[in-house]
This record gives sequence, C-alpha cells and structure tokens, in this order.
Amino acid sequence: MPTLSSPRQGADVAAAMTQQRLTSTKRDIRGAVFHGLLVLSLVMAMLILLLLVWDMWSDGREVLTTRLGDFLTSDLSTNPNEAGVAQGIFGTIMLCVIVAIVAFPLGIACAVYLEEYASGSQFARWTQVNVRNLAGVPSIVYGILGLAVFVQLLGDNGNGGLTGGRSLISGGLTLALLVLPVVVITTSEALRAVPRGIREGALALGSTPWEMIRKQVLPAAGPGILTGTVISLARAAGEAAPLILVGAVTGIFSSGDQNFVEQLRGRFTAMPIIIFSWARNPNSEFVKDTGAAAIVLLVLIFIMNGIAIWLRNRYERKW
Amino acid sequence: MAQAVVANQAGLPLKLDPRRRRKEAFMKNFLRSAAVFTFLVSVAIVATILFDGLDFFFEVDKSKLLDIGWFPRRGLFDIPTLLIGTFLVSAIAMLVAVPLGLGAAIYLSEYANPKLRRSIKPILEILAGIPSVVLGYFAISWINPQLVQNFFDEAGVFNLTAAGLAVGVLLIPLMASVSEDAMRAVPMSLREASYGLGARRVTTSLRVVFPAAISGIVAAFILALSRAIGETMIVAIAAGATGGGLRSWDPLQPGQTMTAAMAALGAGSDQVAGDNLAFNSLYFVGLLLFFLTLALNVVGERFVRKVREIY
Repeated sequence: MPTLSSPRQGADVAAAMTQQRLTSTKRDIRGAVFHGLLVLSLVMAMLILLLLVWDMWSDGREVLTTRLGDFLTSDLSTNPNEAGVAQGIFGTIMLCVIVAIVAFPLGIACAVYLEEYASGSQFARWTQVNVRNLAGVPSIVYGILGLAVFVQLLGDNGNGGLTGGRSLISGGLTLALLVLPVVVITTSEALRAVPRGIREGALALGSTPWEMIRKQVLPAAGPGILTGTVISLARAAGEAAPLILVGAVTGIFSSGDQNFVEQLRGRFTAMPIIIFSWARNPNSEFVKDTGAAAIVLLVLIFIMNGIAIWLRNRYERKW
Repeated sequence: MAQAVVANQAGLPLKLDPRRRRKEAFMKNFLRSAAVFTFLVSVAIVATILFDGLDFFFEVDKSKLLDIGWFPRRGLFDIPTLLIGTFLVSAIAMLVAVPLGLGAAIYLSEYANPKLRRSIKPILEILAGIPSVVLGYFAISWINPQLVQNFFDEAGVFNLTAAGLAVGVLLIPLMASVSEDAMRAVPMSLREASYGLGARRVTTSLRVVFPAAISGIVAAFILALSRAIGETMIVAIAAGATGGGLRSWDPLQPGQTMTAAMAALGAGSDQVAGDNLAFNSLYFVGLLLFFLTLALNVVGERFVRKVREIY
C-alpha cells in the first residue's frame, strides 16, 4: 500500500482499491463455505425430520396398511398382531378435553388480569417471573406434583377419593398445570398486540374495563389466543413423563363395560404411554406396532399444529 | 352498553348502576384469583419436593448416597451416577444442537429472504412439535443402529450416546428460534454500517451481528441446556433405564439420568403411593432436578432481558 501524503492521493488510492474489489473475479471462498455450512445445518434439520417420519412409516407400514381399522379400534394386548391403540386414543382425547376445560380459562383469565388490570404493577411483574419459571420446570416435576396432590392427597392415596386416584382426571389435571404457563405467556403476547386505541375507544364510549375486554380486546386477540392454546394442547397430547408418575398404565388393562364417569375415574393410558411401553417391549414383533402408533400420534399432533399455523396465517392482523 | 342503559331505570347515573358495578368487581376478583393461582402451583411444587425430598434425605443412610451405582431397589442411591449420566446426555445433545441450531438461526436471520423464511420456519415448528417418546423410539430404531453402532463397535442396544443425539434433535428448534430472535433484534444500522465499510456478509454476520446478539445467544444456550437436563422420555427409552446403573463415564454404556431414574421409579412400581425408601428417592432426585433447572432458567432469563434493555 502506498503511503498517503495528501488527501487527494488518498482519495485516488481508495478509489483504485474499491474498483479492484468490485471488479476482481477472485471468488469469496470463505463466504461461500460459510453460506454452505448454514444451508447444510438447515438441510440437516429437514433431513432428520424426513428420516424420522420415513423410519416410523417403514416400521409401521405393515400394520397401517393391512389392519388400520382393527389397530385403531382394538384394545391393548400382549399379542402384537392383535394389539390396538383405541384406549390410547380415548385417553389422549379425554386428557386434551380436561386440559382445555381447566387450563384455558385459568390461563386466559390470568393473562387478562396481568395485561389489562395489573399491567406494570409490582404484582404483575412477580407473577410474570413466576409464570416464566413455571414454564421452565421439567415436565416430570409436574408429575411429582400430580402424584402428591391429585393421586395421594385428593385421590385417597390412589384408592378413589375425589379424583379416583391414578385416573384420567388426575392425569388431565396434571397436564393442565403443565401447560398453564404456556397458555398464560401466549395469551399475554396476543393481548399485547392489540393496539391501545381500541381500548381507549371502548372506554371513551363508556364501557367498564370488563365490558371493554369482553367486547373488544378478547375478540381482537382471539386468533392469537386460539393459536397459542392449540399449540399447548398439542404439547399436552405428546407428553408422557408426568403421566407415568401419576400412574398411567404401561401394561395392559381392560376398561370392560365401565360407564363414562367410571372411565374418567378409572385406570388409563394415552398414546405416548403406549409408544413408551411398546418401544421397551422385548418382543421384537412389537416394532411394527410401535411404528404405527408413532405415526398415529404424529398425525394427531401435526393436525393440531396445522390448525394452529392455519389459524395464524388466516386471521393474523397487522394493526 | 345498551343493556345496561335499559336495565338502569332508576335514573341513576350509569356509573352507579349497582348491577354493573357488582359484575365489574366480580370479574376483577375472578381474574385476580386466576393470577394468584399460578403462585399456588409454584408453592405446591416446592412444598411437595421439599418436604418429601428432605424426608428421604434425613432417613437415608448418607453413605448410600455415594456408592458404586444407582440401584434404588437395593438401597444404593449413588447421586453422582445420575449427575454423570445427565451431564453426558446434555453435553452430547448440546454438541448437536448448538452448531445446527445456530447455523439455522444465522441463515434465517441474515441470509434468507422473507419469503424463504416463511416457508422454512414451519419446518422448525413441526420439528419442535415432535413428541419426545417418538424421538426416543427414533433413537433406538434408527440413530443407534445406523449411526452410533456403525461408528463404535462396542456400543450396545441401549446407550447414552444415542439418547444424547436424540435429545440434541429435540433442542435444535429451541436453540434456533431463541437465537434467531436475538439476532433479528440487532438494529439494521449496525449491519448497514458494516456493509458500508466494505465487510462481506460472512464478516458482518460473525463479527458484527453475532457479538451484538451474544447475550441472547447465551440465553438460548442456557435454556436449551435446561431443557436437555429436564428431558425424560428419550433417555428413559434409549438409555436403558431399567432398575439402575453403575457409575460410569462411558457414553457408550447404558446409563441413568436424573429424569430417567425418576421415570423408572414411577413406571416400575405399581404401589404408586408406596412409602418405601426407594420410592421416596424420587422426590429427592426431583428436588435436585428442580433447583438445577430453576437456577439455569433464572440465569437464562437474565440474559434475555439484557437483550431487551440494549435495543
């Protein structure tokens, strides 16, 4: 590089260097390699996803193509050629219903209070910290909570009581507590996206805070809230660890001719629990059942997530 | 509100309508009690694991907490076995998730155009939605035979490496989305200044955006680590969590993590309400796990907030 003796000469050098850079044909190898690595990491993530689905499909194909109806409607069995997931599907759906009934109203109510009534207060700040910490608690710790509160305390040490002990009700309530922080966080975000003008307009027209929330804010935030709740439901459907601790059945059991309430208070299983127990089954014949059950669960969860993504794209509003 | 006006026939100002006021007060109290309920959940969690966990700690023969391995049904509660297992699984998982997650994040935030971004992000979201039992089964049906046993002859059917790799897959979307958020929060003017000085895209990404977003990226790392430590089902399926394990630093051996040990205790015993010592060790391990992940989450949150403060 020539020494710079005057501003004029400096400008000449800079112009020459810029021109050289712009017109040089030297390939930017470092940049290309870096770009390649970035693309590779994304491709790897996609590849893993494809591989996983393909692997489950190749294990479960036989069952899904030859006896799909039978597989979906049969009870658990020790015979891998007769075993089905009907009890698991029933369990998972009922668990989701209980989660929706318990966690959604509570979570949405909590978020509404934090954002609309107590926004910025000390109480709201502490609650938000608490909710964020709850969201980070490992799911199996919620299992301990469910075991202690719903099975032992309210379930008469697993022998009945209010919840029926090791029952669908206990499992559903445990999962409801597990997704509660997720519901609060996503609902808060949806509420925060509603512009202030809407609130001020409603208040200026004489509505009380609750009337404003009920008639204006909640409808405006509805799609966002719905998306968050559906995603949290999908999470509850795939969760197994807490259910193991509250006593989901990992072997086989028969519901017999129990009525609906007895089933809610009786022994239960769920799709993820079935996959867990079949995956550990030493009988290698169960491999095909495990793959098929995994595909069924994946389809169930993809549908839920698909609904959430569709809702978001369909109703997402930019204010 | 029209109804309120109609109902208000006493000629009172709307503000003093008793029905309206009662409803307002009722809703406010109801919503507040929902918020208070979240504290109740925290208190219940802490109370449960603290009482029952410390109960176990005072009852157990302390020498059994440091022994040859974790065999709760034989009265051996070697805590280091579980800590080592957890450490190995999390370390392997982070080795997978950090490069892949960061790569995906940098690509999405610095390279991809908005259209490409919109079509790629759902793939990460689907990956994030895969249940951990399915990943656990994937670990024993594909990852272990095709990857681990292919490269290491001595690996068995169940081992910590396969479990760790599968946990890593689970963490990729979390790592990617949190660090992408951090990098997108870096103001455009920094990038423009960098390009203006003639820097290339790779230089801008690595030397300008990455350092500016470092606290968010550290937060992503910590949150992912906390998730790895708390992940249960993958390890319970793929690491061979049957009954117990010897203390070992070998990632190709079957092993126990804190979470898998808890799942094994829960799944193996039909006397859920059993009050034997083995079962109560569940609470003690839960206590350790809870405070370990809590500490990580608190530190992670600190870093996240730091990002928000700067920009």
